[in-house]
Amino acid sequence: MAREDYEIVMGLEVHCELSTKTKIFCSCPTEFGGEPNTHCCPICMAMPGTLPVLNEKVVEYAVKAGLATNCKIARNSKNDRKNYFYPDLPKAYQISQFDLPLCYEGHVNIETPDGEKTIRITRIHIEEDAGKLNHDEYGRGSFVDLNRAGVPLIEVVSEPDLRSKEEVEAYLRKLKSIFEYIEVSDCKMQEGSLRADVNVSVRKKGATEFGTRTEMKNMNSFRSIVRAIEYEANRQIDVIENGGEITQETLRWDDVSGKTFPMRDKEDAQDYRYFPDPDLVAIRLSEEYIENIKNALPELPESRKKRYLEEMGLTEKAANFVTASKYYSNMFEEASKVCGNPKSVSNWIMSDIARILNEREEEPEELKFSGKELGELVSLIDKGTISSAIAKKVLEEMFENPEMPSKIIEAKGWVQISDEGAIKEVVAKVLEANPQSVADYKAGKDKALGFLVGQAMKETKGKANPQMLNKLFLEELKK
Amino acid sequence: MAISKEEVEHIAKLASLNLTEEEKERYANDMTEILEFANMINSVNTDEVNETIGANENYNVFRKDEIVQTVDKETLLQNAPSQEDGMFRIPKVIN
Repeated sequence: MAREDYEIVMGLEVHCELSTKTKIFCSCPTEFGGEPNTHCCPICMAMPGTLPVLNEKVVEYAVKAGLATNCKIARNSKNDRKNYFYPDLPKAYQISQFDLPLCYEGHVNIETPDGEKTIRITRIHIEEDAGKLNHDEYGRGSFVDLNRAGVPLIEVVSEPDLRSKEEVEAYLRKLKSIFEYIEVSDCKMQEGSLRADVNVSVRKKGATEFGTRTEMKNMNSFRSIVRAIEYEANRQIDVIENGGEITQETLRWDDVSGKTFPMRDKEDAQDYRYFPDPDLVAIRLSEEYIENIKNALPELPESRKKRYLEEMGLTEKAANFVTASKYYSNMFEEASKVCGNPKSVSNWIMSDIARILNEREEEPEELKFSGKELGELVSLIDKGTISSAIAKKVLEEMFENPEMPSKIIEAKGWVQISDEGAIKEVVAKVLEANPQSVADYKAGKDKALGFLVGQAMKETKGKANPQMLNKLFLEELKK
Repeated sequence: MAISKEEVEHIAKLASLNLTEEEKERYANDMTEILEFANMINSVNTDEVNETIGANENYNVFRKDEIVQTVDKETLLQNAPSQEDGMFRIPKVIN
């Protein structure tokens, strides 16, 4: 049987660090990095006799996340202990939520080639992050840094509604974008503030029962998630095609070898012995509390998209692209305000900015310049100060050196030549050097004009005003 | 409800405890007795009682999201059996 006869079924558990100032159960800072064990106190280090107190912002942010993903909000909720031993977990239990999560039964919509698709969200609960283990190369031991222990997380659990790696990526990008818009997390995958575990199973197309699933952990970029899914789905199909059976297990993705490996002893069925944390009290949310958060939610991508379509004249494709990231969207709005040409701004974001980011393997939040710079760049083209060819060079420069484009142009001497006399000279020179093209044009080959303009651009290192070049060439050729 | 020796072994494994045969027998008996004691609560009629979350009647005990740092790294690490570069040093952990 061929691979095309199989369907991949996936559900995601997305962990997202909340951008509160302090940890979930103590007043230590959550800031990323810092010298080991300097963002710690007796509570997050699990010293005997210490007691946790819940950070009110954690509840607020989780409710925000729930409302923005169409979840129902629990009026009664609580914290539970999830028990397991691992050296990055100082209490030997993680405070999480078991049967009464803060948010449940939500959904988000993603774009697929077949149109919009709804991905159901089972639940969103709050919990604490673990610390970090460092290993040295000489096998002298492992080293525990508890700066991250107790940083608040939300875990977003989806239903097994995802059917392809493209859908998984679209779903993740959607969550990331929503959480960025409502400012509950900075969602930086490279810093581990957004992480996803993927549950994967395969079944023959048309089958109604789910296959046995495996859970993959340790993917920290969109790229590795997509690669891991591809590898794991193929592995499962091979096992089934060879008459084998899939074992339900947790796998670790290894980005270097491009393979998955079993993480735990398979016989160790997961048994976390959840029970209510007696150190913490119930969480009761009033209608008024939830309503206030709902009313204070910032504008979500869906609504921005509508505005871009109806008021700013973007195409569906452009509006989708720009609103996919808060950073793009904010840059778009700021730049459009500066230059008054939203269409051109969206084109620059969709084509060149996205391309350069892709080449650099960076995400929109890593952009060093803002809408102010991009807006000026578009204005300079619209005013004829620079050609779009030069603008591309300026943009490349802005990635390295986020100065105002006018400054870059001045420093590099890239101002467009719009002086008619100077351009006439170039035109005359190019015409003289290319008699064949002139003859071709006169014989009806319109393409020859493009060649001549190209030569003139080359002559002026891209600085000639292209409209003027065109006009002057036509005038000369008609003589 | 009796706790079996296998259940004791499973719980011991989860708790990372090595038990002798004699201990397994003894704990099976002890745990059975503890469960029976706790099961007494099932004989109480709770038809008219609302469901509660936890044993404490308090709710919404929250903290403001404000940074307070009280203890420095040296103090926090002072009782660590082994440390290096400001971190707790432990036997090597492989996945």
